Amino acid sequence: MPGSSIIEVKGLNMWYGNFQALRNISLTIPRHQVTAVIGPSGCGKSTFLRCFNRMNDLIPGARVAGQVLFDGQDIYAPGVDPTEIRSRVGMVFQKPNPFPKSIFDNVAFGLRINGYQGNLAEAVESSLRRAALWDEVKDLLHKSALALSGGQQQRLCIARAIAIEPAVILMDEPCSALDPVATLKIEDLMRSLAEDYTIIIVTHNMQQAARVSDTTAFMTMEEDRAGIVVEYGPTSELFANPKDKRTEDYITGRFG
Amino acid sequence: MKRHLAEAGDAALPPGPRAMRGGWQHLESKLVHWLLFGCALLSIATTLGIVVSLLSQALGFFREVSIWEFLTGTRWAPILVPQSFGVLPLVAGTLLVTVIAAAVAMPVGIATAIFLSEYAPDRVRRIIKPSLEILAGIPTVVYGYFALTLISPLLQKVFPDMLIFNALSAGLVMGLMIIPMVSSISEDAMLAVPRSLREGAYALGATRLEVALRVTVPAALSGIIAAFILALSRAIGETMLVTIAAGATPKMTFNPLESIQTMTAFIVQLSLGETPHGSLEYNTIFAVGLLLFLMTLVMNLLGHWVVRRWQERY
Repeated sequence: MPGSSIIEVKGLNMWYGNFQALRNISLTIPRHQVTAVIGPSGCGKSTFLRCFNRMNDLIPGARVAGQVLFDGQDIYAPGVDPTEIRSRVGMVFQKPNPFPKSIFDNVAFGLRINGYQGNLAEAVESSLRRAALWDEVKDLLHKSALALSGGQQQRLCIARAIAIEPAVILMDEPCSALDPVATLKIEDLMRSLAEDYTIIIVTHNMQQAARVSDTTAFMTMEEDRAGIVVEYGPTSELFANPKDKRTEDYITGRFG
Repeated sequence: MKRHLAEAGDAALPPGPRAMRGGWQHLESKLVHWLLFGCALLSIATTLGIVVSLLSQALGFFREVSIWEFLTGTRWAPILVPQSFGVLPLVAGTLLVTVIAAAVAMPVGIATAIFLSEYAPDRVRRIIKPSLEILAGIPTVVYGYFALTLISPLLQKVFPDMLIFNALSAGLVMGLMIIPMVSSISEDAMLAVPRSLREGAYALGATRLEVALRVTVPAALSGIIAAFILALSRAIGETMLVTIAAGATPKMTFNPLESIQTMTAFIVQLSLGETPHGSLEYNTIFAVGLLLFLMTLVMNLLGHWVVRRWQERY
């Protein structure tokens, strides 16, 4: 159902202890598109991203109010198992974090813990192909993942994430530790993955947001440092005609 | 090489207040260097001294008793007539107690480490960690009487035929004794595993237990093995607890309900007795001591090898 929405955020507020990190965020994420979240450092972009797969649950003192509806179901409703959510909403991190295991075992990890019944080798191969890494590693499958370059490691982490067929992939500044060539490869990959998955990417790099995303959310923080979404809309519009002064200041480089 | 570079760097600095101290500072740094080197040397010299004294006295023993007889004989009776110098009963006693201790300490120790590093909230960890350290600080003689006066009578209710001095009770209590060693070193190794690896696993839908068993423990394996090896070496070398609780009957058995004697307990027994120095009987101490030394040495070498072989680098 392209064009429909997959996630709907309604009145989301989030606290770390007494500190409010996110305030009153409401928006809908379109299915099979790339949505970018941009904004200055410390505005809560990553915190916001981690609300989509309940990663913030792992931080003691983190608290959420409001709703995040994933295919209509509130992932913060009582009784919802966060591990179930995380197997459907994958994540790629800022620094490549492959496990200190073989390339094969890295990709197979999620399949194994989720009790995959099919042919493991085939599933690993197809994930590596879709992550545009197969040709580079097909003869090294049982070598340590840490022997790969940073860009290859990040594509391995993408292969690891898509192996369990999530509906959504969250990417938290996935290129910030990579060189420009590796960055371009990941961006190409994001565009092709958007055919099958919904991608939400946090990025510091406005050019990157403009290049890869269909929709962009601009976040900033209020005086008490709580993060808010200022403007949200099609990427081309947001960059060409920002409606809010704060968005304009940010994308023209006057702020942040 | 590095030192030379540093000195060259110092020389290139413009003369400042430090230059006034010139000669003295040079002397001081030399002095400190040799002082620290001396301290480091002390431990090496001690090890060498122990090896030399063990070897020289053990040689006296092996001139009269063949190494073959010593290592393969199954009867140990150095002071009784007829004399017999087969060390295997002592080795069996040591291994029996060590295996029982390991069977207790490894699972409980590693489970404790997993609990502390992956599950426990800060508040709980702050209570449990110091308690474990207290456990590690209790003198072994106390553990010995704990085994003898509390655990053995309890076990006798289950096994009525068991003697009050027995391998099982000594082994179980030794297991308790080395739990802190296993758990504390293992936990340090697990805490050193980067948070990003755990997050990677959580993000794939792993539960806490899956993260612990499939990511943290494998990544910390080298440290965990090091903890096991250290704890086992400690168990093999432990003296007071087994002298008090395990008995003084060298016996070729692997039945934990029997009274046995370990290598260390034998050394204590003989050295406290009235055996004249320099006699063949007395020199058995050094032969047994040398074997004990070699056993722990092999364990440590094995440990290093295993750690290198299985290490998951991150």
